[in-house]
Amino acid sequence: MDFRIDEEHQELIDLYREFAQNEVKPIAAEIDETERFPIENVKKMAEMGLLGIPFPEEYGGAGMDTLSYVQCVEELSKVCATTGVIVSAHTSLCATPIYLFGTEEQKQKYLIPLASGEKLGAFGLTEPSAGTDSSQQKTTAVLVDDDHWVLNGSKIFITNAGAADIFFILAMTDKSLGNKGISAFIVEKGMPGFSIGKQENKMGIRASSTCELIFEDCIVPKENLVGEIGKGFKYAMMTLDGGRIGIAAQALGIAEGAIEETVKYVQERTQFGRRISQFQNTQFELAKMRANTEAAKLLVYQAACAKDNHEKYTHLAAMAKLVAATNASDVTRRCLQLYGGYGYTKDYPIERMMRDAKITEIYEGTSEVQMMVISGWMGVK
Amino acid sequence: MNILVCVKQVPDTNEIKIDPETHTLVRAGVPSIVNPFDTYALEAGVQIKEAIGGKVVVVSMGPEQAADALKTCLSVGADAAYLVSGREFGGSDTLATSFILSNAVKTIEEKEGAPFDLILCGKQAVDGDTAQVGPELAEHLGLPQLTYAMDLTVEDGVVKIKRECDDGYDLMTTNLPAVITVVKLPTEPRYPTIRSKMAAKKKPIPVLTAEDLAIDVSRCGLKGSPTKVKSTYTPSREKSGVKIAGLPADEAAAQLATLLTDAKIL
Repeated sequence: MDFRIDEEHQELIDLYREFAQNEVKPIAAEIDETERFPIENVKKMAEMGLLGIPFPEEYGGAGMDTLSYVQCVEELSKVCATTGVIVSAHTSLCATPIYLFGTEEQKQKYLIPLASGEKLGAFGLTEPSAGTDSSQQKTTAVLVDDDHWVLNGSKIFITNAGAADIFFILAMTDKSLGNKGISAFIVEKGMPGFSIGKQENKMGIRASSTCELIFEDCIVPKENLVGEIGKGFKYAMMTLDGGRIGIAAQALGIAEGAIEETVKYVQERTQFGRRISQFQNTQFELAKMRANTEAAKLLVYQAACAKDNHEKYTHLAAMAKLVAATNASDVTRRCLQLYGGYGYTKDYPIERMMRDAKITEIYEGTSEVQMMVISGWMGVK
Repeated sequence: MNILVCVKQVPDTNEIKIDPETHTLVRAGVPSIVNPFDTYALEAGVQIKEAIGGKVVVVSMGPEQAADALKTCLSVGADAAYLVSGREFGGSDTLATSFILSNAVKTIEEKEGAPFDLILCGKQAVDGDTAQVGPELAEHLGLPQLTYAMDLTVEDGVVKIKRECDDGYDLMTTNLPAVITVVKLPTEPRYPTIRSKMAAKKKPIPVLTAEDLAIDVSRCGLKGSPTKVKSTYTPSREKSGVKIAGLPADEAAAQLATLLTDAKIL
């Protein structure tokens, strides 16, 4: 066991932090308020290589690993959870399945622009009636004239949708087969019959452009089927296993960011003639939060390292996400309590962090789904 | 186009502590960065290289740790880096520093196999704030110098700069080779990329010693430094600003307008 971060990872953490503090933090409140997608920072991250951290250099990536990627999401999410999820959804949910399941031609055509950040990615699984029960896909794909696929249906709650160029989409190719009738496709923005629907007005992560995707006789080239027909659901589940580490890192970052802000605040704010940091309640609250956040961090890093070592990590990712997400909601709520009335105003970032934290308990598998995964792995049936 | 950028590693703090005995900077426990004006000089050099081709070399004089500053430079566009280091150089004032650097320039030119067309420095280091090393370096090398460049372009062996001044800028040109000192640019220096950062880590940084420079050591370090620091202190703020308080907004605005008119600002 070695819990130290090596020099290479630490130097990149410093790079992510410098960028997050200088470029992301100053606009976090504004983009939350206006729901403006931070395209200028996405471009800067693309230039720096932050949109392809875990992919090999030959595919336009930075040639680093999952651990460094989640540390990037963590640093970004400390100051802006929206920016954290933009990177996470792009990397884990769009570029990764193309890297894992795509053909060499698909990697050349789609992974390279995604990993180099020239194009932004999104992932479409969820539908109005297929949330946690994602096997209930209503979107259909039919092969016409052995030449192209025709997609019909809609997806909802799709992160990055309004800004993305490349979409990894799940659709039913054979309803009679249930799960095994779902296939995966790469759909490009601008393909005939594909449009972006309404943008959700969300409680948190308000600038991440969460929209509906609409397919009306959408024509997708035959060669844009990913992997084997009928394997889409399996690919989606494997993709979400990895995605969960990214979201766990986002949750971890939110908690760390909230604690950082609160530690500063409690040393400035005085009540009853003392800094509120001098009250034992404040000290114990923050100590407890810090300890739990450190525990979450170890779980997140453990899951990332297991993935990098090609070990089984499904249960580890689920544990990391369950613990980190629950902790993020808990920590931000407690931090806001330490701020008191000021924390409830938009003059301080803590209310935004509390709103942002909640989603980590819901998307890419609710906390309840994580518990199903973990208990299943334990053999408790 | 061969470009040399001189950089200094400085403490990253606005509250610099001074040793009351020696009147020198207390460096212990303070993280170090590349002097901000030098990062603009480097960015300017890299932009020129990108526009017309060439090579950017960085040099720093300092202790071993100054190699970290050079690594940072290598990650944001510098192609090669040299560290000038040795006990003989410790305690150098600006005269000795610029003398050592001028010798280093010649040594690096030999190693690189070509003379430098353009030498860039930040206008001053944020720790010492003298703004003397750049101009003195030009004098030691017998090169023309332009200072306080906020923008620079190179064309047909001529460098054109916008020299920052209080009420705008002056347009100036000189023939290359030349030494230019650089102020804050309109654009911020670039961030490293993950790849450039990893590549910079692997690049060797040759150390140039007094022996390598074949330098007259009596003109280096404390021996070669006529400057004697008598005392260093933070200047006291003599005038505090005017505060308009306790008035309704419209009356406060009217009073502010009067004050500004009286001061001939409006």
